[in-house]
Amino acid sequence: MRPAPFDYVAPRTVDEALDLLARHGDEAKVLAGGQSLVPMMNMRLVRPAVVVDLNRVATLGALREDAGGLRLGALVRQHALERDGRVARAAPLLAEAAPLIGHLGTRARGTVGGSLVHADPAAELPACMIALDAVFHLQSARGARACRAGDFFRGLLTTALEPDELLVEIELPGPSASPGPAAPPGSAARRTGHGFAEVARRHGDFALVGACAVVALDAGGVCRQARLVMFGAGDRPHLARAAAALVGERPGAARLAEVGRAEAGEIEARDDLHASARYRRHVAAGLAARALGQAVARAEAA
Amino acid sequence: MTTRGAVAHDIAVTVNGVARRARVIPRMLLADVLREEWGLTGTHLGCEHGACGACTVLVDGEPARACLMFAVQADGSRVETVEGLVDGDGGLHPLQEAFRSRHALQCGFCTPGILMTLVAYLRVHPAPSEAEIREALSGNLCRCTGYQHIVQAVLEVAGGPLTPPSPRRGEGERA
Amino acid sequence: MKFVGDRYLRKEDPRLLTGRGRYVGDIALPRMLHAVLLRSPHAHARIVRVDADRARAHPGVVDVVTFAELGSAGRALPIVPPHADLRGRNFAALAGDRVRFVGEPVAAIVAENRYAAEDARELVEVEYEPLASAQTLEAGAPAVHDDIADNLAGRVTLTRGDVEAALRAAPRVASLELHIGRGGGQPMETRGLVADWNPALELLTVWASSQVPHQIRQFVGELLDLAPHQVRVIAPDVGGGFGAKLIVYPEDVLIPFLARRLARPVRWLEDRLEHMLAATQEREQRHEVTIGFDDAGRLLALRDHFVHDTGAYTPRGLVVPLLTASMLTGPYRIPAVESSFESRYTHRVPVTPYRGAGQPQAVFVIERVLDLVARETGRDRAEVRLANLVRAEDMPWDTGLPNYRGSGHVILDSGDPPSVVRRALESARYEALVAEAAAARARGRLVGVGVAAYVELTGVGPFESARVRVDPTGRITTFSGVSTQGQGLETTLAQVAADELGVTPADVTVVTGDTAGVEHGVGSFASRAAVVGGSAVALAARDVSAKARLLAARTLGCAEADLEQAGAAFADSRRPERRVSFADLSRLAGAATAALGVEPGLESTRVFQPTDITYSFGAQVALVELDPLSACVRILGFWIGHDSGRLINPLVVEGQLQGAVALGIGSALLEEIRYDESGQLLAGTYMDYLLPTATDVPTMVIDHLETLSTLNPLGLKGVGESGALPVPAVLASAIEDAVGPRGGRVTRMPLGPARLLELLPPSLAEALDRG
Repeated sequence: MRPAPFDYVAPRTVDEALDLLARHGDEAKVLAGGQSLVPMMNMRLVRPAVVVDLNRVATLGALREDAGGLRLGALVRQHALERDGRVARAAPLLAEAAPLIGHLGTRARGTVGGSLVHADPAAELPACMIALDAVFHLQSARGARACRAGDFFRGLLTTALEPDELLVEIELPGPSASPGPAAPPGSAARRTGHGFAEVARRHGDFALVGACAVVALDAGGVCRQARLVMFGAGDRPHLARAAAALVGERPGAARLAEVGRAEAGEIEARDDLHASARYRRHVAAGLAARALGQAVARAEAA
Repeated sequence: MTTRGAVAHDIAVTVNGVARRARVIPRMLLADVLREEWGLTGTHLGCEHGACGACTVLVDGEPARACLMFAVQADGSRVETVEGLVDGDGGLHPLQEAFRSRHALQCGFCTPGILMTLVAYLRVHPAPSEAEIREALSGNLCRCTGYQHIVQAVLEVAGGPLTPPSPRRGEGERA
Repeated sequence: MKFVGDRYLRKEDPRLLTGRGRYVGDIALPRMLHAVLLRSPHAHARIVRVDADRARAHPGVVDVVTFAELGSAGRALPIVPPHADLRGRNFAALAGDRVRFVGEPVAAIVAENRYAAEDARELVEVEYEPLASAQTLEAGAPAVHDDIADNLAGRVTLTRGDVEAALRAAPRVASLELHIGRGGGQPMETRGLVADWNPALELLTVWASSQVPHQIRQFVGELLDLAPHQVRVIAPDVGGGFGAKLIVYPEDVLIPFLARRLARPVRWLEDRLEHMLAATQEREQRHEVTIGFDDAGRLLALRDHFVHDTGAYTPRGLVVPLLTASMLTGPYRIPAVESSFESRYTHRVPVTPYRGAGQPQAVFVIERVLDLVARETGRDRAEVRLANLVRAEDMPWDTGLPNYRGSGHVILDSGDPPSVVRRALESARYEALVAEAAAARARGRLVGVGVAAYVELTGVGPFESARVRVDPTGRITTFSGVSTQGQGLETTLAQVAADELGVTPADVTVVTGDTAGVEHGVGSFASRAAVVGGSAVALAARDVSAKARLLAARTLGCAEADLEQAGAAFADSRRPERRVSFADLSRLAGAATAALGVEPGLESTRVFQPTDITYSFGAQVALVELDPLSACVRILGFWIGHDSGRLINPLVVEGQLQGAVALGIGSALLEEIRYDESGQLLAGTYMDYLLPTATDVPTMVIDHLETLSTLNPLGLKGVGESGALPVPAVLASAIEDAVGPRGGRVTRMPLGPARLLELLPPSLAEALDRG
């Protein structure tokens, strides 16, 4: 299979890229790692008139620490998440999820931004970004805007990105930022922990169901923040409302299992070739509890 | 007005240490320019949608599925293919030697992609365990071998503990 | 024997390892054109009109060919083998007025390059009238072929004894319904052909990634009206077959037709999506089996009826269901048997053999029966098998059922099944393993042990030929009608020839799969290449060795008994300075006079025609654990006991077993081809059709036994498919053991996550839900 004919441009700056997108609109497709786009082009499921290759825009590949958080350029390769010590420090959830994203041979070229913009419902990174309350920086020739990860994923393979927009940077807040709405003053001494669990048919496959969690406990072991995101079950990641109820509690295993079951009841679960909706719901409950449990344990040990 | 996709791009790529040039249309895959333009047919196309890994080459030292890159993207880069693994005298790379002595290939179609994946992997992880090797290979499909001899070949090269070979040859009647 | 039996390193490896293999896709000829195929998007439709004008006008396009342009080349391909009960239909090079499965080829577009051909393909306008399609095996589905209203391709019953009486007399009777799903060979290299018509020589040369080059030559000759000497078919390096390249396909006739029509070489390379759509598949059957047995667990009567999905055409007749039916009793003694089937047409890809060829289904049925008998009688599953196995002293054992070729009964020629099974059990430390698994289950883990035994049909005829030639340069070449798909024939056939000739394998060049090498050939399938091909090589090489000795004695003026051979040369032992080389002898033979008393050439062409099928045996033990939440299966240990007669090369045999087991794991846990109600393929890419990776396949321990076959000169038996046969059965056995008596029973394959979840014991699932 070979793609339908297209014109190719490789801009050197973000502005050049934005200019191209403004001119070509939805006739253009942005090429990052190519691991999702090129198969679809080879199969002629997607037929852009113009391919805008971002791989020569050096600024998009930058990764830097910033006030205890992290700023990832959209073209940061997925394997940086498992290799770069700064990610392990500032966003260990990403470092843990990374080895389960596809395979060695795809993570070398696949990009963080590419995975987010492609928005496969069973992908790990969109869910992790929501769990980490990441902020996505979007740019177009019309200007710049920020979008929280939780607002970015709209539906099956659908995001808030406009046809002339680029995701340029992912901002992960540091642990010292925003202690959470219910925090009493002075409880800024917080310990955070993350958890991640997924079920896939083979190593590296998209998840049948997955869960990622971030929990913050105060010095007394009381939960100050709990974010649980399920993925793979519905058409996009789902932020669990049931987890928010943990704030103010000292959650034990039974309570976490309860939250898992509640979330499993909340999510949309799909039937497909690989698993039934019933299967996904059943496994979701256990994975949610497992991810939360890991996050609590890590927060306690922090 | 030029037909869409007809504009040819000049590319210069260093392949296995040799400077190569070509004029390519945008939709020509990296695999195509290697195989059809430069006659390096060792890189094989097994699925053309990035799932089997047979087309794996190294681009600037990192593994890339040559069916998921356009040739034009490789301009200015350094590409390594299976043909470049032999040394100057045509001697086999240690991995190739180990594959041969351990019978780690049968039809040979997936083998170049597996070798290149392993070359990149062992550069970064020179002493993997069996489980790590299996994970590293999870993106390369082989229908012939069942992977066991491949894993043993890698363990041999990496100096790891080896599964003992089949305990004994057959006994039984002899004519 | 010096080299047969040796773990000789493969001769083909240096070129394959260094990227110098030569697969069809690597062959580029001057002025070569590229073909792509337009395939039906409907499972069943009338082709009302095809308009290729816009496509023909597209830049770079040289021609577009539809059925209308084929003429007599558009006749249906022959069906091999015939059968009295078969109502067979086969496809043609292109569909004419009707398409009968999604993917059936409708038109060929030929252009200067692949891109233009694919672009032009989108411009071919085909008007279809979609029709209702048969997507079930139930009666009453729409007819696939107008003159076969009941969609029955064939109905066969095989019997031994009086099964009804035996069932009535049996102390205990039980029944099972079993379902096996569709899968496919999925070699890493898809199909492909390069065809070149040389008008000066009137010679058509075809390179085909195929398991049957001689059969392609035959069909091309018939359909393109060419004599055999005008068609040369070569299977070069082939990147795996597994049955997907076993039949002669429409494309195998179409591409040569195009080359001749256009007087330019044409190359067609199947892409993976096409392969998923159009390469043949196998396995789908629904069985209803009833077993009569006694309290000791002895099998007394077996009745099985199954419905077999044969797809839209029958290129291989009734071979697959006949294999299932005739091999149903496996390696067991069962006095009364009735094995019957209906082979039904559906509007789906045709079903032809895929590694195992109907036998994995038979093994699944009989092994599920044995586990049921063990459970009902409270006996250990291995014990029940050992009690029912055909024993060494019973050989040759007539199962009483006709074999699939109709040439006689299934007669197990030689072997010691109980010893092979015991080898696997000992290797696995079976009793300790069972105890450990039980202890783990008591601690709440879902750990289980499974066991399965099998017999494999190998070395089928009708024949294979080999030509061994020493040419005047001294080069020794062995030509064989078998073709390579990765099973090491360049090496193993050289080992056989070397032993007969008194040289080393490095001295022998093996050429496989070239119709110019031997005039008559059959091909590589049914685990026959080493057995039948190797036997022919042995016979031909023996002839050459005998002729060489005769000529050497003449030349040196001594008796043959005085000859001493050192490599490719003979000396007179009494006067060792007098020597003559193979090259010398070849030159001498090249000018053979009547006085010399031999025919010209230091060469021989011999055919080996096996008088019967020879059978291999084996057993597998598996240790598995299921995750209590996800129900996913991990294979913790895998042991294989195996007897495939004399092993030419144990290293190659181990590779075959390991590869086949991996494929079996795929068909048990990962691979399923499914269609929707309108016949659209649901698993169309490698995202959906899941092949086992290195993390899905365990490390296996293999123990060999070698009981020689009595049916060929070297005592060989085949092994290529062996490892795959029992894998679904042994994993079913282990999974049932793991989920325990309150868990589910495995009655279908494959087992995806949803089905596995249903097998978990209800108390466990409920406990999880309650937290």
